[in-house]
Amino acid sequence: MTSDYLLKTDNLFKWFPKRSGIFGRTIDHLKAVDGVSIDIKRGETLGLVGESGCGKTTLGRTILRLTDPSNGSITVDGVDISRLKGRRLKPFRRKMQMVFQDPYASLDPRQNVRSALLEPMLIHHIASSKNEANNLAEELMEKVGLNPDHLARFPHEFSGGQRQRIAIALALAVQPSFIVLDEPTSSLDVSVQSQILALLRNLQKDLGLTYMFISHNLAVIRQMCNRAAVMYLGRVVELAPTERLFTNPKYPYTKALLSSVPIPDPSKRKELHVLQGDVPSPVAVPNACRFRTRCSFATDKCATIAPSMVELEPEHWIECHYDIDFNRTSQVDITRN
Amino acid sequence: MKMLKSENRKNTDVLKISNLNVTFHTYAGDVKALNGVDLSVKKSELLGLVGESGCGKSVTSLSIVGLLPPNAEIISGEVLLDGTNLLTMTKEEMRRTRLQDVAIVFQDPLTYLNPVLTIGSQITEIITVDTKIFLPRLLEHRLHEIAQVQNENGKLDAKLLTEQEQLNSALQASKLGKNEIKRLARKYALFILRSVRLPDPEKVFKAYPFELSGGMRQRAMIAMALVRRPKLLLADEISTALDVTVQAQILQLLKELKREIDTSIILITHDLAVVAEVCDRVAVMYAGDIVEVADVEELFKNPLHPYTRGLLASIPRADALVEQTSIGGSVPNLIYPPSGCRFHPRCPKAFAKCAQAKPNLVEVSPGHIVSCFLYGE
Amino acid sequence: MLAGAIVSATSVILALLSGVIVEPSYWNQQNPNVILCWNNPLIDWHIRNVVNCAGPIYPLGTDIYGRSLLQMIILAIPVDLQIAVEIVASAILIGVLLGGFAGYIGGALDEIILRITDIFLAIPGILLAIVMLVVLGRSIPILTISVLVTWWPFYVRLVRSQVLGEKEKPYVERLRAMGAGGFRILFRHVVPNSIYPVVVQATLDIGAVILTVSALMFIGLTPDPKYPELGNLAKQGIQYLFTAPWLIIFPGLTLLVISIGFNLLGDGIRDIFDPRLRR
Repeated sequence: MTSDYLLKTDNLFKWFPKRSGIFGRTIDHLKAVDGVSIDIKRGETLGLVGESGCGKTTLGRTILRLTDPSNGSITVDGVDISRLKGRRLKPFRRKMQMVFQDPYASLDPRQNVRSALLEPMLIHHIASSKNEANNLAEELMEKVGLNPDHLARFPHEFSGGQRQRIAIALALAVQPSFIVLDEPTSSLDVSVQSQILALLRNLQKDLGLTYMFISHNLAVIRQMCNRAAVMYLGRVVELAPTERLFTNPKYPYTKALLSSVPIPDPSKRKELHVLQGDVPSPVAVPNACRFRTRCSFATDKCATIAPSMVELEPEHWIECHYDIDFNRTSQVDITRN
Repeated sequence: MKMLKSENRKNTDVLKISNLNVTFHTYAGDVKALNGVDLSVKKSELLGLVGESGCGKSVTSLSIVGLLPPNAEIISGEVLLDGTNLLTMTKEEMRRTRLQDVAIVFQDPLTYLNPVLTIGSQITEIITVDTKIFLPRLLEHRLHEIAQVQNENGKLDAKLLTEQEQLNSALQASKLGKNEIKRLARKYALFILRSVRLPDPEKVFKAYPFELSGGMRQRAMIAMALVRRPKLLLADEISTALDVTVQAQILQLLKELKREIDTSIILITHDLAVVAEVCDRVAVMYAGDIVEVADVEELFKNPLHPYTRGLLASIPRADALVEQTSIGGSVPNLIYPPSGCRFHPRCPKAFAKCAQAKPNLVEVSPGHIVSCFLYGE
Repeated sequence: MLAGAIVSATSVILALLSGVIVEPSYWNQQNPNVILCWNNPLIDWHIRNVVNCAGPIYPLGTDIYGRSLLQMIILAIPVDLQIAVEIVASAILIGVLLGGFAGYIGGALDEIILRITDIFLAIPGILLAIVMLVVLGRSIPILTISVLVTWWPFYVRLVRSQVLGEKEKPYVERLRAMGAGGFRILFRHVVPNSIYPVVVQATLDIGAVILTVSALMFIGLTPDPKYPELGNLAKQGIQYLFTAPWLIIFPGLTLLVISIGFNLLGDGIRDIFDPRLRR
């Protein structure tokens, strides 16, 4: 209803069946996305943080309908797109695009840049003439900081950072309002990363874009995002404005994550908080609270009742029993560590 | 039994690389990967070798260990390990060096472990490859274990007593039966697996690589390196492919190992934060050159080389919201590298001389070396 | 690789120019005066029964119809090459269509295509070809079809496995996110990127197909005993092995050289693309 939300997901699920036996019977499910409800405001950059296997990439792909959701809904500009297909989905494809992690594999190696940029314009009838399309292509190159004279070149003639710029230009070619950035700088050199991040910030300002920024790199999330959601085993466990998340995390996993990140300052050396054990398999998700197998504060309640999202402070949500039951059970004060 | 740390830490150089020049002959041309690298590592120190992709840090480590691909040519330079030049060794000598003195751990344990052998068999394989070298170690370790039991219980039962006698005579004779060796190798392997903080060494011993998680595999690789008690351990991007919480475990392990063993470690990484967390000294590489070397606090507090400064200013931090800047341009093509100082096309402070000659490494303050004309010749 | 390229190029050029060098209808004649004779002074067969020809020098002797073997071979090369190219090109086309759809769409369609492919793979090629030629008549079109029928399954599998790999790549996902339809993605992007191993296989196969076709002709399944085709020419030679050995030696040598040439060319192409990918 509120038009300042560009995109909403409501209890979104994506389960992958695990088949076995000669008849391919489904014996189990890989619960990649296990009930995610988030809203993305127009013009904001929402960060999605988590380690490998937490489902952040699958969530991004599901939102973009690159894969069909198993359950739940995705609402874009007020329309539920979770079950749309083919021609009815096509106009929404213009609104949302994705930039992938690997700049080497996200471009067709046999297609030169001009042809690649003109293709989306052709598919969505964006330009009215070949001339106009070419002009638009040149503008896009300049917008992402590349030389329009290089339109005739092929992907292998560009460096990794330049290829990522091309990928961004391709995403912009359909004039979207929403872009999912899936680890856009993780494969790039450090000195190039900051260039690309600066470009993304500028583009957002100039074109009024909304971003979903997926990354396992907490430092980059802090630089780029307004709000950040922490994912664990397919669910969002903490959601807050970025600065608040980093200065005052409330969920045990978030705290462990933050204290595991090395800091480029030797004077701030600390005992890195070592989270014991490994992430459980998304096929065998612990019941009730999924983090309880590694949580130092877990109680019996955590094994029997599934926690729900609670707004501890304005805009700061966690999915945990404690801190709210403070008064009642007050066994462990998570804020003290 | 802890692997004993020498009480007297000498400040001698375990490794000294001088003027190492390596070129790769490829279809596209000659890649001048290393442009006269000078590097030294002291005994028991943890040196961080930092740089972006293509700067030559992996090539340096492969040169040390003698594992360069066939199209690589070592144009000049020497690599002295405790005084012996590794580059002039024969293949056989190099093999023995890799077995005893230098070990390397790579980034992706899944591809560097044999998928059809258990971890245990891969570790014991190292031990049994050259039993002459490892025999004394195995015997001493087992004897030490028995001695510990003796200390705890006050005495030994008959079985252990006979074992102790057998081992002692084997130690004298420097000989032991094959089955006995296997048994002792297994015990030693379990001990090493425990020392890399693997929670269930028995289970890991019997497991295949695909059954373990990334972090456990990496620890197993480190264990395989430490089994040799090498003088030098090269860790090439060992935490890069790991999740941040697992990376923290591995870095914590490195910190603890540093306290416990004598081995010098070169930690190769592109992540300055990792370097800040665990290293004693840092060497920064750019496009085949060492551009700055300093103690870790000094480097971060007072970076001298424009590249180091640019790099530090461009990395995002998780502990504070800081304004990021970036270094313009991109890493040069090493087939046609820039003349003189290879960083000059991107350097905000470059002047005429920078394009003409490569600056030497100058000591600006004790222990802090830079290769830049801003600080001397 | 270079040797292969030279040989293949030579045979193709020869094939293209053969109509110019030799009168195309040359094969359909008989010249009873000079059958099975040899008068090339450069080679002495040391066989008592060799007959000397009257008249102009026949560099490779004559056959049982009195035709110059050299001219016959020159006429036969384009015939063989043309048949081989037709077969291989058709196999590629079928492979791309069926293999492309099977790999990209997957599911039931994939299963069906795979099972049909399996059935044809199980049939022994030469036997099927023999049966078809005997039953449906010995003509060049039937020959082409009968060899094609057992050759196409390999290409379907090859293309399918390449497509399966390519479609997982990020650029395909990006195209889908962009709103590109399946056909566009498959035929404009995935297939062109899957084609290299097919090209290599096709080059190698030209040699193999020529040998297969020649073998079929050699055992007698030819439309016309006088037909200019290398296997057909060699067939004559069996009977006259000890009186006119050139009849089997030279066509056989030509077959050998052509198929080795294409083999080397195919290997060379594969080598160019492989190490490039490695470093």
